[in-house]
Amino acid sequence: MGVESSRRRRPGPEADERLPGGGCVTGRRRRSGRNMAAAAPPQRRRRRRAGAREGVGGRGQWGAGRPRVRRGGGGGRSGSGRGEAGGAMLCCRLAALGARRRLRPLGPAAVLQCHHLRYPSRSLMSSGVPGKAGSNLLFYLIVGGTVTGAGAYVYKTLRENKERFTSRVTTITARSQENASSPSGGKLSNMLPAAPEAHPEVPSHVPFLLIGGGTAAFAAARSIRARDPGARVLIVSEDPALPYMRPPLSKELWFSDDPNVTETLRFKQWNGKERSIYFQPPSFYVPARDLPFVENGGVAVLCGKKVVHMDVRGNMVKLSDGTQISYDKCLIATGGSPRNLPAIERAGKDVQQRLTLFRKVEDFKSLEKISRQVKSITVIGGGFLGSELACALGRRARTRGLEVIQLFPENGNMGKVLPEYLSNWTTEKVRREGVNVMPNAVVKSVSVSGNRLMIKLKDGRKVETDHIVAAVGLEPNVELAKSAGLEVDSDFGGFRVNAELQARSNIWVAGDAACFYDIKLGRRRVEHHDHAVVSGRLAGENMTGAAKPYWHQSMFWSDLGPDVGYEAIGLVDSTLPTVGVFAKATAKDTPKSATEQSGTGIRSESETEAEASEVPTSPSASPMPHVPKQGEDYGKGVVFYLRDKVVVGIVLWNIFNRMPIARKIIKDGEEHADLNEVAKLFNIHED
Amino acid sequence: MSYCRQEGKDKIIFVTKEDHETPSSAELVADDPDDPYEEQGLILPNGDINWNCPCLGGMASGPCGEQFKSAFSCFHYSTEEIKGSDCVDQFRAMQECMQKYPDLYPQEDENEEKEKSSKDLEDTPVEASFAKEEKGSS
Repeated sequence: MGVESSRRRRPGPEADERLPGGGCVTGRRRRSGRNMAAAAPPQRRRRRRAGAREGVGGRGQWGAGRPRVRRGGGGGRSGSGRGEAGGAMLCCRLAALGARRRLRPLGPAAVLQCHHLRYPSRSLMSSGVPGKAGSNLLFYLIVGGTVTGAGAYVYKTLRENKERFTSRVTTITARSQENASSPSGGKLSNMLPAAPEAHPEVPSHVPFLLIGGGTAAFAAARSIRARDPGARVLIVSEDPALPYMRPPLSKELWFSDDPNVTETLRFKQWNGKERSIYFQPPSFYVPARDLPFVENGGVAVLCGKKVVHMDVRGNMVKLSDGTQISYDKCLIATGGSPRNLPAIERAGKDVQQRLTLFRKVEDFKSLEKISRQVKSITVIGGGFLGSELACALGRRARTRGLEVIQLFPENGNMGKVLPEYLSNWTTEKVRREGVNVMPNAVVKSVSVSGNRLMIKLKDGRKVETDHIVAAVGLEPNVELAKSAGLEVDSDFGGFRVNAELQARSNIWVAGDAACFYDIKLGRRRVEHHDHAVVSGRLAGENMTGAAKPYWHQSMFWSDLGPDVGYEAIGLVDSTLPTVGVFAKATAKDTPKSATEQSGTGIRSESETEAEASEVPTSPSASPMPHVPKQGEDYGKGVVFYLRDKVVVGIVLWNIFNRMPIARKIIKDGEEHADLNEVAKLFNIHED
Repeated sequence: MSYCRQEGKDKIIFVTKEDHETPSSAELVADDPDDPYEEQGLILPNGDINWNCPCLGGMASGPCGEQFKSAFSCFHYSTEEIKGSDCVDQFRAMQECMQKYPDLYPQEDENEEKEKSSKDLEDTPVEASFAKEEKGSS
């Protein structure tokens, strides 16, 4: 122990270097601990360095008064390999080169004590080189040989890398050319029935232009029309479908009993009320060519058209077919595209054909069809979309004998959102839905073998499956930033906008693509449905002169089967410290009973308009209440996420209709000493 | 009785009903009703109608939005004894417009919508009777 403590007292190799002569030795020597006695005489005082070259110890050759190339290991010093950083070596080298000239005339004594006079060498040869000139030559030869070898190796590696890169680039370009050349297939003709022609005439100027045809754009259109009487709003959407809501695509639509659900896209809420995923039927919209002329204005949608260039100075955009549209005020609500795994991108076309990147209506339609045809589907991704899809498919697994596997790198489902204990609990529930959950799984490569896919994981496990659904995140669509000269955020991605969602004087951004400043929680980018509605509505208000900042916190929700349902608001990040307050669950605390009691069947109806709600599965045996023990049952409760002791996020675990109080707590931004007291405000024991 | 556990950075508290029976000592900041940033309900603090209220759905923004707005504004500001009885023209215009878009404004729900909206505006029973009058006149 004494050795250790003395070692710790040593500040480091550099400090020792600075001491003249005899000082260089001290601490290092003690580190080895074993040779203290042997090192006592001055001749033997030398510093132990990384590597083994201490051999001088007992040989006394040092006394010759000449710097020797000390080679070889062993000797008095044990090269225990615990060595210090290579920095010591370097300093010694430099000092040696300098000191050698200085100290040579001083004679043996000085030479003795400064071990770093010893000529640094990389040699592995034993000691005892005859002459200085010979040793020089040898030294040069060895150094030269090593450098040449290293150079050859580096050159070889770089060349290999370049070859691999060029081959990958060619495969990717070849693939993209194929995709481009293959007909995108009369999607334009399948457009909204209201448009009689494949290419509707496009107005050359609109007062309000919304780029993107999703939730945020629709909410903005509604907001603009509500506040500006007679407003004329044009939505330009790359998607061939009219604006629709996405949450049912991974939840309610899968639980529908209707065999034609892929055509009707209608889902039944738990109270029996049916609605379509489309926000409005086609008759709501005005044909684009009539937009400038219709009496009271309206909303027109251009489907299947992409905005490729934006001229901010000229207030004008250019579409993919060359059409130009000028605007007074513009909203960018381009959303995002699903990310792909590099391992899958590298794989061949055969793998790509068996892959679904889930985001749009057509992805739902194709996956629904595939789920009836194949025997095994693997979902990669353990977040909201991945877990919901896995549960939805798992339900089918039970009735149709489909194998559902879920892979993700985290330790449990929703690992980045929920604290570990809840994530583990959720994972168990997902397993009970019939999903084979494989956490801690990182995909290394995917290949086709036979007619099946073979997924190889980094830890060696192999998964054989028929189809892959990738739910590994969303890449915001910011291609317009270049031509428009808009800023893209480097931390969160997306267009950077201020607290009022404004990027430039006539340009606003909302939805998944907006990285905005939240006055309460800081800069963030949110990819949830309610946020798209809230931000879209706010952008619409600001486009009509309101100048309001982002203030109303949006919420989000998720249901994973009949037992796990939660609503959340704010920054819900599992890396933050959390405080969870739970009560025992009874049979009444499930999403299903919440909707039955409130009689609306619509979660968060007060938050936004009628939204998709959870449709729980057929009533299976609900968990009976029991006293929490080792493996506790986190039936219902509330989890607070803290940042600097302020509550910045709240998860309402299996308790519902309490979002306003949660919103209030986050809005206050107060430091609460006892969060149990705050939890009392939620009445978690009641329904 | 409640008990508490710490798992790393996460604290878990289990509470019984009795533990939560005492009123909370957590303090909440009082709300300012005139806060311009807050989302408003159907009626703004200055008495105007908030056409952007989510509760109205798409009524104010659809093809018949203008007719709806004029009918409702008339109703809202009406000072007649039977509130809105001077707004029959506007309501008729709104109804005619809505009949042109049956899938947007389903006929059987149309009157329910009007009833519901009028109930949102005021709570007196007069509106219910007025709405029934409306149904009769259509």
